[in-house]
Amino acid sequence: MKKPKVGFFEFTCCEGCQLTVLSLGDKLLDLFESVDIVNFREASSYKGQDYEIAFIEGSISTSKDIERIKEIRARAKICVALGACAHLGGVNAIRNFQRQSDVRWRTYGDKAWLFDSILAQPIDAVIKVDHVIPECPIDKKEFLRATASILLGKKPFIPDYPVCVDCKMKANVCLFHKPNPIACMGPVTRAGCGAVCPSVGNACEGCRGLIPDPNLSAWEEVLKEHGLSIEDILKFYHMYNGLMGVRR
Amino acid sequence: MSGKDIRVDVHHIARVEGHGNIVVDVKRGELKEVKLEIVESPRFFEAMLVGRRYPEAVHITSRICGICSVSHANASIKAIEDALGIKPTWQTEVLRKILMAAEIMDSHALHCFFLAAPDFVGAPSVIPLASTSPEVVKTAIRWKKLAHDICDTIVGRHTQPISMVVDGFTNRVTEDQMRELRSKIKEVLENDVPKTLEFFSKLKIPAFERKTDNVCLTQPGEYAFYDGAIKSSKTGEYKHRDYKLKIAEQVVSHSTAKQAFGPVKPYMVGALSRFNNNFDQLMPKAKEVAEKLGLEAPSHNPYQITNAQIVETVHCMEFMMKLFDELLSRGIKDEREERPPIAGWTTKLPPINKSWGVGVVEAPRGLLVHEYKFNNDGMIESANCIIPTAQNLANIEADMRKLVPGILDRPKEEITLLLEMLVRAYDPCISCSTHMLKVDFIE
Repeated sequence: MKKPKVGFFEFTCCEGCQLTVLSLGDKLLDLFESVDIVNFREASSYKGQDYEIAFIEGSISTSKDIERIKEIRARAKICVALGACAHLGGVNAIRNFQRQSDVRWRTYGDKAWLFDSILAQPIDAVIKVDHVIPECPIDKKEFLRATASILLGKKPFIPDYPVCVDCKMKANVCLFHKPNPIACMGPVTRAGCGAVCPSVGNACEGCRGLIPDPNLSAWEEVLKEHGLSIEDILKFYHMYNGLMGVRR
Repeated sequence: MSGKDIRVDVHHIARVEGHGNIVVDVKRGELKEVKLEIVESPRFFEAMLVGRRYPEAVHITSRICGICSVSHANASIKAIEDALGIKPTWQTEVLRKILMAAEIMDSHALHCFFLAAPDFVGAPSVIPLASTSPEVVKTAIRWKKLAHDICDTIVGRHTQPISMVVDGFTNRVTEDQMRELRSKIKEVLENDVPKTLEFFSKLKIPAFERKTDNVCLTQPGEYAFYDGAIKSSKTGEYKHRDYKLKIAEQVVSHSTAKQAFGPVKPYMVGALSRFNNNFDQLMPKAKEVAEKLGLEAPSHNPYQITNAQIVETVHCMEFMMKLFDELLSRGIKDEREERPPIAGWTTKLPPINKSWGVGVVEAPRGLLVHEYKFNNDGMIESANCIIPTAQNLANIEADMRKLVPGILDRPKEEITLLLEMLVRAYDPCISCSTHMLKVDFIE
């Protein structure tokens, strides 16, 4: 069987998702066996343009990004958003809620005009995305499972129940109920990560995006009971999910 | 060759973290321009932090970079602890040191095997190496997996650590876990190091030297990664809060990463600077490895950075074993009740009003500084993050200015490869410094 040709591409991000792919261990060799990686700048100087599947990491944050991602979309049969930046805008979108002139001035001072920059956006604000592999960064097991599904021509299974379900399965004590409670986004966030953050005692920050039809008002009430102001709640929510609803 | 016009223009240099270009312009045999352009999208992290509560800074800034997220988390935590005047417990600091060593080992393994090694054997990537030198690739995978197992156990995940927070950890590790990790390190150290040495000692390092200023952390008692004073081989030592006496950043038009300059001249940070300045403090096996690789301190050849990283990787394994032994001999305690870690939104936060702090660590690629100022409400008022690659940019350009005139008689492909290898040797992390690399030959 001819191996499908695959490209990895990154826009504005930390490249942690591609690094997760490079950290698959023995499974990395299996991946090399099952697909022909023709474009992976992070790992290879060979740059093929004949890919069928494009894995895209990072958010769109310059006008050049828009042109480049449209070219990738035109070449690829299947586009997969890899990780929270591509899926949700990621932490890059935190700055969307600040005044852009301040943001540029604070980083580059009077040279700010030199650099191209637009509001950070998830990739599906610009192109049609066929599949999403969520999380910040992506989970190794989910990446392998989803890639196998995509190669078989199927839609990857990504749960649409909340992180609380994963957390209960791990028999964790709820973070809201600990002696030093920590506000958690688990009740409104899509599961599939195995509640990786609450399992080591820290808050879910919502990096896999919201579940369909989340009960945000109930969640807001719980946070208020724990002493968070509306402003605090918005900041917490904006870490990953400020752009939920901004879609092409 | 006198009178020749050459323009090298490498767009989006491969096998580095992030986007950069190399531009070299030679007119009638005279070098007109050398530039390392950083074309990564601007990231704006320093602005994003403004107005956030301080525990949030740790998870936001670790997203600056996927490969050195532990270093960013540690620099961020240390800056906050510096502002609060907190000294963490011995156990917390030892665990953080283990995490730093594991991250450095992972990052160096990625660079040496996956990013740099293909150049030495004329391959475009590690993928063909998987069939021509499977043992080498499998070793790299084992090293990376070991580093990941260590970080996964201690902080829940390596890329973007979860449970390391201000003044402690939100989880707890057990002595059994520590013992298991220690035995895994021992196995890798005994089985893989000789084979790896055989591979790397055969690689031909290009001959080139330029004396520069080596800058890194230094402290008595150990090869510094986590703490210490900033040491320059030319201008002496500086306390962490005085970092600006050595490092000032400037914005240049061809780079979205701000370039960092010493007040006087370009300087080098990273594995070779640490090796040169702190050689005496390397663990014994690491010193043996240096000798076998023919690497002597001080070395002024930047192509040797890859070898210095191999030496450091071995040092990290030995150092982690030593730290695990110390932890196990004292016994691991659950310190969370006595001293609750400062995490999340509902924890009562110690006041930090009108204060400032600086955190400095050695990331895999060198000196990393986070500095935060806090306002009356305890929110971050301003932030400054100085990234290793930003500090190396001026030094790489200085190397290229010395290198290019000496190799103009070679074919253009060779000039391009030597320039790309030079930039890759620095293991630039452009995601960090916003992201960076391409060679432009102007013809």
